[in-house]
Amino acid sequence: MEVNENIALEHGLNKSEYKKICDLLKRTPNITELGIFSAMWNEHCSYKSSRLHLKNLPTKGKKVIQGPGENAGVVDIDDDDAIVFKIESHNHPSFIEPYQGAATGVGGIMRDVFTMGARPIANLNSIHFGSPQNKKTKNLLRGVVQGIGGYGNCIGVPTIGGQTSFDECYNGNILVNAMTLGLVKKNKIFYSKAVGINKPVIYVGSKTGRDGIHGASMASAVFDDKIEEKKPTVQVGDPFTEKLLLEACLELMAGDSIISIQDMGAAGLTSSSIEMASKGKLGIEINLNKVPCRESNMTPYEIMLSESQERMLIVLENGKEEEAKKIFDKWNLDFSIIGKTTNSKKIELFYDQKKVTEIPINALVENSPMYDRKWKKTKLPKKNKFNKDNFQNLKIENILNKLLSSPNICNKEWIWQQYDHTVMGDTILKPGSDSGIVRIHGTDKAVAATVDSSAAYCFAHPLTGGKQVVCESWRNLIAVGANPIAITNCLNFGNPEKNVNMGEFVECVQGIGEASKYLNFPVVSGNVSFYNETKDKGIKPTPAIGGVGLLKNYKDMITMDFKKSGNVVLVIGKTEGSLDQSIFAREILNIKNGPPPEINLFNEKNNGETVLNLIKKKLIISAHDVSLGGIIVAITKMCIRGNKGIEIGKTNQLINQFQYMFSEDQGRYIVEIGKDNYKEVKKVLDKSSVHYDELGVVLEKDIIIDDKTKLSIDDLRESNNKWLKSYMDN
Amino acid sequence: MKISVIVTLKKDVLDPQGKVVHQALKGMGFNTVKEIRQGKYFEIDIDESDKKKAEEKAQDMCKKLLANLVIEDYRIIGS
Amino acid sequence: MNSSVIIFPGSNCDRDMDVALKKFGFKNKMLWHNDTELPKSDLVVLPGGFSYGDYLRCGSMASKSRIIDSVIKFAKSGGLLLGICNGFQILTETELLPGALLRNKYSKFICQNVFVKINNSDNKYFKNIKKNVLELHIAHNEGNFFCSNDQMKEINDNNQIAINYCNQNGEINDIFNPNGAIKNIAGLLNKQKNILGMMPHPERMIDSYLSGEDGSIFFENLMGNLK
Repeated sequence: MEVNENIALEHGLNKSEYKKICDLLKRTPNITELGIFSAMWNEHCSYKSSRLHLKNLPTKGKKVIQGPGENAGVVDIDDDDAIVFKIESHNHPSFIEPYQGAATGVGGIMRDVFTMGARPIANLNSIHFGSPQNKKTKNLLRGVVQGIGGYGNCIGVPTIGGQTSFDECYNGNILVNAMTLGLVKKNKIFYSKAVGINKPVIYVGSKTGRDGIHGASMASAVFDDKIEEKKPTVQVGDPFTEKLLLEACLELMAGDSIISIQDMGAAGLTSSSIEMASKGKLGIEINLNKVPCRESNMTPYEIMLSESQERMLIVLENGKEEEAKKIFDKWNLDFSIIGKTTNSKKIELFYDQKKVTEIPINALVENSPMYDRKWKKTKLPKKNKFNKDNFQNLKIENILNKLLSSPNICNKEWIWQQYDHTVMGDTILKPGSDSGIVRIHGTDKAVAATVDSSAAYCFAHPLTGGKQVVCESWRNLIAVGANPIAITNCLNFGNPEKNVNMGEFVECVQGIGEASKYLNFPVVSGNVSFYNETKDKGIKPTPAIGGVGLLKNYKDMITMDFKKSGNVVLVIGKTEGSLDQSIFAREILNIKNGPPPEINLFNEKNNGETVLNLIKKKLIISAHDVSLGGIIVAITKMCIRGNKGIEIGKTNQLINQFQYMFSEDQGRYIVEIGKDNYKEVKKVLDKSSVHYDELGVVLEKDIIIDDKTKLSIDDLRESNNKWLKSYMDN
Repeated sequence: MKISVIVTLKKDVLDPQGKVVHQALKGMGFNTVKEIRQGKYFEIDIDESDKKKAEEKAQDMCKKLLANLVIEDYRIIGS
Repeated sequence: MNSSVIIFPGSNCDRDMDVALKKFGFKNKMLWHNDTELPKSDLVVLPGGFSYGDYLRCGSMASKSRIIDSVIKFAKSGGLLLGICNGFQILTETELLPGALLRNKYSKFICQNVFVKINNSDNKYFKNIKKNVLELHIAHNEGNFFCSNDQMKEINDNNQIAINYCNQNGEINDIFNPNGAIKNIAGLLNKQKNILGMMPHPERMIDSYLSGEDGSIFFENLMGNLK
């Protein structure tokens, strides 16, 4: 079939991109070549709209072993150990088929991690759904949760944390972001860069089928009469095969036969082979007849663009083929030598003894388009003036109950009880905490991990929102006693061709960069998901940040449950009382404009480091960061978890009680300390010039505010527990 | 009236279960098995006397719930 | 004491079991499903996980694997055979234990702590155990024990129920049944009481930083009874 401009357009390329392809090749590409270009040059693989801005992110640091650009980032956690981690989106497939979409998302990110030689030790996820009233929401939520569980549980990796939100902006585009952490020895990290000429290129894992072949509208042109049957199909996850692939790869990696390894993710064999060659500045030659196929009569185009799951590409040392094959035979996986590395700096594909593709690697990679898209700055919205009228007739207890049972604050146990969070026997802090924590098996060390996002803040003011998410991640790690090390980001945005959406992206990234630089909390991996848009309506900007921190001794872990009555409760960090964009303003007062809470990076860092210092001095008994819902929601959760109460005296006189209780000012923690240590704690806080309020004293039961309001913990727990369960079970 | 429905994965969709069952059978010595595809079978007892109407309803059920047309095909195999 | 843990493709609690057995004094060996010979063992364990992906029926294909013949021979000659979670499912599929484990009643995977009450302590697993009610951890999708009336009668006649789901006070009641199992059955013995299948994972509760420590009680007691 002859390729022309129309066919190129159907592949999602634009006219100038097609022209560039013809110029680079000095001829018209054939259909396989066009498919390869379109896969490599699409947004997902080429980062053509985002590259320009992402390169400003801070990616280096003392603990960073590998930053962005590999399958995942790697950080040093002392001794010989390193943590490999990354977050990735699987938004579009999950909307079409929630179970398989979410499952293959989890499978993909785990492969990214074990490709680098690391055994996955923890999974997390950030999932976002439309309004609960939307009739699709319930099924999407059920499918996604079962898909995440179905895959992760089967592999036997604990899911230790996550985040779920509901907002009507996701009605037509849910978000499913999956994160994995893996453990590796520093001298056993594997990279995707191929080295050496005439090295065998090996295909292992599942067979290649017609899964997820892109270029939907190509059906009519490429495919014959059976259009219906051959329509691009959703990828189906096979966690069992992935488990075998994981064990087989780790077994092979224990030896010294692998030169480079790359998983076949998006754009399958195309991107994996080209990436290996490109990084090694080599060429690659593949005989497509050697690729194990599930269906007969697959064309070169289909083989190259298939997104079948659970496959890997490996460049081996010469002479190691037999040894490697034995391992994959043992695990009952396909193994095939499909080609070799060359010095041609081209990708050359053969099929039925004919050369079907010849493209210079640099045409696909270095020469891929990069756009400086138009973007619009978002002005900082004006603050709303809140006065007594706003709070008339409001009662703290009613609002608290309402917030506790609201979709975005309620207990998410219904979700995480469906995830195996205890397999591997090292989960010491479970989902529902500020961070999840797993021990480094057989050592005193542990890693903490958290995923966060704040679409409302990012939508109101992307620059502030971007900073806020990083700060929240940092706080969630500190609150459990972990030293924050680095982050991974999953940047979920609307259509980059619209200047407003592009502006949201640019400014969020800028905010993320500023905060992570200031906090020395570098970005080591990530992923961009654009075009989260349906019928012209895009999602709110939703960058999700996955943070990782280290505890040198897991016994120093801090949990949020109040421990002992009589202990003193402090709010660390200053409460200004800003209500704009708080859940209180948005859901109780129905005021949706205004700026997000201000970020003061100096205070954020100072407060966090001081809390960490107090934890190291063993002066803190429990801790929790203040976020959605403000102080009152934070302490209620601490009460519920500890089955304790608190007596709260007269608080800050300068601002209204509602402002004090519900504002979402940043950089704050609630901490429980022993009475006898109060003096010493004060000394440390004063020395670091950290603002704090004495909030109250832990009680055996009930929350008592100002001697007037008395709330039973059992009732509050019931409020917090009921919504999601009854929503899903009805 | 009873209607039977079979739901199977579409031809090109990977069937992990079928694949593993196949391997297990091979391991047990059933060497001549060439492929296995696993599906679901439904028996629907429907309060409807008109066969055509009942089958139409069953079709509707398949489209809306029993089969996920993104990855599955269905067949009504008689009543 | 020598123990052996069998690894099937898709097992994922094999390492956890290895760690637990060693912690409580067993000399443990890991065996691959394709092996045919069992080494001399005082205890053989079929660990939890998703053998063969739980495809077709949980445990069905593992029950046909090569090593199973030796495992059956070992158990028939009185050897102690313990199946945890997927291991329990394999035991029912091999018919070493009666009944079957169906999809959980609420069609959801459940990962949480539960309480179980020991019903029969006249066996190597629970004899002399210092607590009558244990807090253990479950993580499964198919733990809903089912059997025919005839089988149930036999189970009762032979006092084969090992543990039942209950509350912290040991009350056995429908409300404390996480998965719909008949009679709240969480664990079952064979007639001779040398084979135990149970859904809870004692190996996940062997130190205070995990979900609890009652798993330690189970292993310590088992070790004590074997000495």
